[in-house]
Amino acid sequence: MSEVINHNGKIVADQRPADDIAGQSPLHHADLNSLASQGPQTGGVTIQERPLQGLLNLRCNKADKKQVTAVKKLLGVALPCDPLSSASNDDSVIRWLSPDEWLVSVDGAKAFELEAAFQANMPGHYSLVNVSGGYTILEISGDHAVDVIKKSAPIDVHQSSFPNDKVVSTVFAKSGAIIRRIAEDHFELIIRRSFADYLWIWLQDASREYGLVVKR
Amino acid sequence: MLHIFCPHCAEYREEEEFHSKGQAHLARPLDPEACSDAEWGEYLYFRKNPRGIHHELWIHAAGCRKFFNMTRDTVTYEIKETYKIGEKPSVTAQS
Repeated sequence: MSEVINHNGKIVADQRPADDIAGQSPLHHADLNSLASQGPQTGGVTIQERPLQGLLNLRCNKADKKQVTAVKKLLGVALPCDPLSSASNDDSVIRWLSPDEWLVSVDGAKAFELEAAFQANMPGHYSLVNVSGGYTILEISGDHAVDVIKKSAPIDVHQSSFPNDKVVSTVFAKSGAIIRRIAEDHFELIIRRSFADYLWIWLQDASREYGLVVKR
Repeated sequence: MLHIFCPHCAEYREEEEFHSKGQAHLARPLDPEACSDAEWGEYLYFRKNPRGIHHELWIHAAGCRKFFNMTRDTVTYEIKETYKIGEKPSVTAQS
């Protein structure tokens, strides 16, 4: 823990380890970097981990105009109030999780800064929790990415019911995932760290018939 | 499999994502201390088991993780409607 800030009793601690300790994603043991350089380079499904991203769970009131304005000012993106929607800019993505709950992702190095800015500027009754350590992010893309999702989750992935930028929390294999469609053949899965190994093995199996490419 | 409309997510999802939590609209006695054992026992343990229209509490466990109510026909398994907590059902056994 390198830094702690105290704003009127709201304590924010930097959860990243000191610089001389290397951060490890929940899939560190799978050595995706070696697989990326030594494994197949072409195939129907490409998997890329986005390790060590900053994930902040925000709970606030979308009917409170002051809070909505403050979120827009802090993130540069308006709070997506419609069910199953998301909003993003170059720095952050904010996903609707439930009527009073959102998941914000930013660069891992910026999470602490953003958290501190929230505690200093966000009005009213709210909660912001750094949940970076509990999850990891996988991106699945390629011609058969849709087929892998279809095998794993009971959701309709047709473009007409799952357009780009839509976010769903659902069951994924025997675990769960927060799935966002980035492009027609490009999905983002946010998965629990304790299920990361299981889902990595599941995804390898599910994408075997299409050919799996690991990207770093 | 049931296809259930979540009033918070505003779309149909598979039953797999939901859990049933039993009878809906159970009002907790305002003053538990003043209840007789019979009244408190009635509140805690006794539930309806109707043939026909039944109001149930469900949770979208794998989705938005919010509770909502459902009106269901226990004979045909038909889901008549789902509605948010605090709202009144539009379909009842009387109507």
